[in-house]
Amino acid sequence: MIHSLFLINASGDIFLEKHWKSVVSRSVCDYFFEALERATEPENVPPVIPTPHHFLINVLRHRIYFVAVIQSEVPPLFVIEFLHRVVDTFQDYFGVCTEAAIKDNVVVVYELLEEMLDNGFPLATESNILKELIKPPTILRTVVNTITGSTNVGEQLPTGQLSVVPWRRTGVKYTNNEAYFDVVEEIDAIIDKSGSTITAEIQGVVDACVKLTGMPDLTLSFMNPRLLDDVSFHPCVRFKRWEAERILSFIPPDGNFRLLSYHVSSQNLVAIPVYVKHNISFREGSSQGRFELTLGPKQTMGKAVESVLVSSQLPRGVLNANLNPSQGTYTFDPVTKLLSWDVGKINPQKLPSLKGSMSLQTGASKPDENPTINIQFKIQQLAISGLKVNRLDMYGEKYKPFKGIKYMTKAGKFQVRT
Amino acid sequence: MIHLIMDTFLRYLKEREQEQLVKILSFMFYIFRHDDLKEMLDSNKDSLKLEAMKRIVAMIARGKNTSDLFPAVVKNVACKNIEVKKLVYVYLVRYAEEQQDLALLSISTFQRGLKDPNQLIRASALRVLSSIRVTIIVPIMMLAIKEAASDMSPYVRKTAAHAIPKLHSLDPEQKDQLIEVIEKLLADKTTLVAGSVVMAFEEVCPDRIDLIHKNYRKLCNLLIDVEEWGQVVIINMLTRYARTQFLNPNINESLLEDSSEKAFYASDDEEDEDKKAEAAALVKRKPYVMDPDHRLLLRNTKPLLQSRNAAVVMAVAQLYFHLAPKAEVGIIAKALVRLMRSHSEVQYVVLQNVATMTIKRRGMFEPYLKSFYIRSTDPTQIKILKLEVLTNLANETNISTILREFQTYIKSMDKDFVAASIQAIGRCATNIGEVRDTCLNGLVQLLSNRDELVVAESVVVIKKLLQMQPEQHSDIIKHMAKLIDNIQVPMARASILWLIGEYCEHVPKIAPDVLRKMAKTFTNEEDIVKLQIINLAAKLYLTNSKQTKLLTQYVLNLAKYDQNYDIRDRARFIRQLIVPTDKSGALSKYAKKLFLALKPAPVLESPFKDRDHFQLGSLSHLLNAKAGGYQELPEWPESAPDPSVRNVEVKDSVCARRTVLTGPEGAGSVPVNMILLAHLTESDSGSGSESASASDESGSGSESEESGEETESEKEEEDEEKEKKRKKRLDKTKAKKPAEESAERCAIHTSYQINTIAPSGSIKMYELLHRITGEGLAVEYCFSRQPFSPDPNMVAVQIQFTNNTNSETKNLHIEEPRLQSGMRIREFAEIGLQPTGESVTVVMGIDFCDSTQAANFQLCTHTRKFFVSIQPPVGELMTPVFLTENDFKKEQGKLMGMNEISEKLTLGEKCVNEHVIVERVTATANLSRVPCGSDKECRFAGKTVSSGCLVLVTVTTKEGGRAQLTVNCEKMVIGTMLVKDIMQALSQ
Repeated sequence: MIHSLFLINASGDIFLEKHWKSVVSRSVCDYFFEALERATEPENVPPVIPTPHHFLINVLRHRIYFVAVIQSEVPPLFVIEFLHRVVDTFQDYFGVCTEAAIKDNVVVVYELLEEMLDNGFPLATESNILKELIKPPTILRTVVNTITGSTNVGEQLPTGQLSVVPWRRTGVKYTNNEAYFDVVEEIDAIIDKSGSTITAEIQGVVDACVKLTGMPDLTLSFMNPRLLDDVSFHPCVRFKRWEAERILSFIPPDGNFRLLSYHVSSQNLVAIPVYVKHNISFREGSSQGRFELTLGPKQTMGKAVESVLVSSQLPRGVLNANLNPSQGTYTFDPVTKLLSWDVGKINPQKLPSLKGSMSLQTGASKPDENPTINIQFKIQQLAISGLKVNRLDMYGEKYKPFKGIKYMTKAGKFQVRT
Repeated sequence: MIHLIMDTFLRYLKEREQEQLVKILSFMFYIFRHDDLKEMLDSNKDSLKLEAMKRIVAMIARGKNTSDLFPAVVKNVACKNIEVKKLVYVYLVRYAEEQQDLALLSISTFQRGLKDPNQLIRASALRVLSSIRVTIIVPIMMLAIKEAASDMSPYVRKTAAHAIPKLHSLDPEQKDQLIEVIEKLLADKTTLVAGSVVMAFEEVCPDRIDLIHKNYRKLCNLLIDVEEWGQVVIINMLTRYARTQFLNPNINESLLEDSSEKAFYASDDEEDEDKKAEAAALVKRKPYVMDPDHRLLLRNTKPLLQSRNAAVVMAVAQLYFHLAPKAEVGIIAKALVRLMRSHSEVQYVVLQNVATMTIKRRGMFEPYLKSFYIRSTDPTQIKILKLEVLTNLANETNISTILREFQTYIKSMDKDFVAASIQAIGRCATNIGEVRDTCLNGLVQLLSNRDELVVAESVVVIKKLLQMQPEQHSDIIKHMAKLIDNIQVPMARASILWLIGEYCEHVPKIAPDVLRKMAKTFTNEEDIVKLQIINLAAKLYLTNSKQTKLLTQYVLNLAKYDQNYDIRDRARFIRQLIVPTDKSGALSKYAKKLFLALKPAPVLESPFKDRDHFQLGSLSHLLNAKAGGYQELPEWPESAPDPSVRNVEVKDSVCARRTVLTGPEGAGSVPVNMILLAHLTESDSGSGSESASASDESGSGSESEESGEETESEKEEEDEEKEKKRKKRLDKTKAKKPAEESAERCAIHTSYQINTIAPSGSIKMYELLHRITGEGLAVEYCFSRQPFSPDPNMVAVQIQFTNNTNSETKNLHIEEPRLQSGMRIREFAEIGLQPTGESVTVVMGIDFCDSTQAANFQLCTHTRKFFVSIQPPVGELMTPVFLTENDFKKEQGKLMGMNEISEKLTLGEKCVNEHVIVERVTATANLSRVPCGSDKECRFAGKTVSSGCLVLVTVTTKEGGRAQLTVNCEKMVIGTMLVKDIMQALSQ
């Protein structure tokens, strides 16, 4: 399956290599560099690159290319999904997944990769099992290790791999037993020129942070589970129970995990929380263009729209922008032509606006393309689909856990065409 | 020792010249480079060793060669510190291949590890041992694998499965022995091993399908509990397996298509042959019956569409695409659309597969059209794939929305994407005649675009569109002729010239002028344009030689001295062909025909056409080229291979009887069963229904026959009767064989369900014996709704005994059943001993003869007897039947008149939607839902357990919470009672 893995940074240096079968020379990456050169943007490198003897499957995350070398037929998604899982694990261990973090923890990285694949086939990818095998580095532990000479590798042999619930560590103990659930919904939408919605969808996830002693068996029920059109579960969720009763019943992994991701059917009308009034125009012949943008809240269920960030890729002909925001700050990068405006909170009484002019290349004709406006925002304490958790019950353990639910709505891929 | 070398070195220096110094120093550096590391490794402090190993591993990670440290590192293979040990393993596996001899030093450590009492140590020893790629140790590895394959611990067996492909790649000659190990491990029943051994199977012997037969059902049933990576491998393998073992579920449809096509193209002289072929097709078109194993696979993979792992979802999607009946493939669309929210690499692969699917099954993705709309932030490669999907999805009804979308795309800043959008518009226009003119007008407007690339792309697409109907568009051709002055892109120029040449008769005035202009710039043009200039000249010469003779001569002369030999050749060839000379051959007479022949319009088709002969989701499909190790997806077999190869002999009383039968007599009985099966399921052919239901029927058929005869034979002599009975039982078991199999399979299935999932709370418990009347023994029962495996005509009743007394209860059993005539009971095995405070659950079977009369019997312990009775609600007397909508209607048509009971009712407050209705009805009666086109109607089907009469239920909802309930059933009593119960459930 996966023969070797190369990690390549943004400037094209191979800074880590790992082989699971016989060694593949790093010169194989030359084919990757060729493809990288051909691609205009970093994200346009084809995920699968055939070479005379191998296939390179790569993913780009955190500006690092993870290039896996394959020798024979294997489902490409299998490799891609695995590489993403590797990145997630690194992030889980080191907080960030950057070149520096990987280089600093190269031994832990190597130990992790060794455990995750055997002969190129995934062996242990559950973070709970891995954490039992290899303890994540913390500042405290690093200090202790240097003084006492003890190690990051778990002294006990892992039992998780042998249990019926491979995702949960055994012998978990906490003094404060708590279970937190975050319901986060993202709105993906395309709004057209006139402000009408072309497509809008809600994608949601339920992320959990469960710190409970022993082997708790949880059930989580929703007030309105019919809203969920399409769901995908963490392997711990009992599918049959969901099918029959629409209840999530599971023995949770220890720590942070994504319990559920869901899609709210597009038949339901999606509430669009913000509206944009825009007037971006270029006059023929003159080297000036007008730029006007006003944001306002629409269907927010009485909640405040926060952390609003507007960005737009202006046409290549634009040299500079001279704008005046009513609140927040804006930046314009004359090289990439990216305009971004950090608005902050929308005050319904005084709508934020950004007005001014753009200077164009003299002599160049008026650009005929229109920029699209991307919007990011957050609304706390609201799940825009109306999804509500009904109750959370725990069985199998005697103590009373502390339970908490948080709702949040965010903009996903929220675009306004002009 | 270092001092010694240094001394020699200094002496050496004196003798040698200066220039050698550098060379030697670098050599010395190479030798002593890792000296400090060696020292650290040799020390007896673990912390120093660890530090050294960490540095070495860091060097390996950076790709530095540290092979010279091999001896120093290998010494530490037996180190007590677990992290040092692990890092030594990492090093060892990396360099063992280069240092084969030294690597052997470590082997004994692992051999010792293989015998460790701790399973995890055994596993890790095997893992490292098998990763050392040294040919000498092949026999040792082989031995270790064989031993580990029969280890007690499933984890060690899993590791053994992982070791198999390693050994195979090291020494392919071990294949035969390894296959034996694989065969053994395939029979393993734990989920831990399943994924790994199938992976080994795929790498070592993917063509040995015969090894899978016996394990097929087990793999299907284990699938949901296997770890996600194993699931992918198993599903892919099972897809291939199913293609060799089952019949094409869409065979009838494809035959229909074929014959209609044939009829359309048939010419007179072929008629006879055609008739024969048709007749053959008719013979072949016998009702399709889905193999229950085929259904099992589809059913057990379906929940995995909800997996969080994109690879698993894709694997299930391709399985459904390749194996499911057309009507069921649709369910994968939603899951695939969900994956589009994932990382862009995942999107890329999914879109490639969706593009292939949309060509074959467009309808599937139509509801999700908007999910493929393009955002300006998508990477270009994703945009282009989405465009491909949108184009494939375009049809008469949605084309206007799609074209409006495309209009915004051509204003994008991403020029590659704009070009692709224009191509897409062209393809929509060729595929859908209604919009051709609209598209053409839109594209002509683009000709005035400022961006040259956009114009060029439009020209190329317009050229292709014009070729379809040139007469009506001479003004467009004129417009394009004007463009030649401005456009510089060679492909576009060439396209314009070709158009003018081809349709020079429509633009007789402009064409010669264009040629004049082009003759001027000929020398500066690109090759592709030059060829078209020659072409244009030739065509004009033939149609309008008066005006263009000289120009043509001029162009041909220029071409004669061109640098490109292609152009020189072309010029020479054309001159001979068109310019009449004495020597010109016979061909020149036909020059006009040659050049101005009617050319068929080009077909604009998707690059994803016909890609589905590769297994979807595979690397080969993505690349559209066979990758090494790709296993072809076999075509469906003409007739299904023997399904009995998948039968597994289970140590069970029921099965033991069957095994005896599969002697000489049993072998002959198989085809009879098959015919019976086919006959019985004819009515619901194509539905892909569980043939479990059908086989149940076959069982019940023989059953009733037997009971009828039994009463007759009562009068006869005892001896005769006995013999007859025995014979009949033989017959019966023969006929029931498939039924038993499926029931057995269900039993396996359910037992596994019970293991993983707690019995759902929706099953209602009834009290059989109260704690007080039972003097401490409480008995509850419920209708588990599982098929009762020893006898499919019985209703399974699950009984739970709870011993609340202070003493043990012994010899729990049933005595003296007092039953209505025809009713039968199959008792549970006696419970020998029940300790105090514990609960025991058993299952017994009761044949209620399709009546709600109570079954009375005595429950006995070693001290007491209790009279108890079980009365079934009418809804529990049936089992679900899977019908298609058509079959349902057909069956309903047969059960009209007095067999139909219809009632109006008002729905209860909570019955607001379809889902609640379905829930209520299925809670009341053990029925299954029948798919239905209308959302106002819910249909359910089942059959009575004992006699197998169909029970069809329809609930039609109307305005204002009113509804109509219809029950069709041959047994009117059952029907009336069922109507009452369902009414009550719905109006609550």
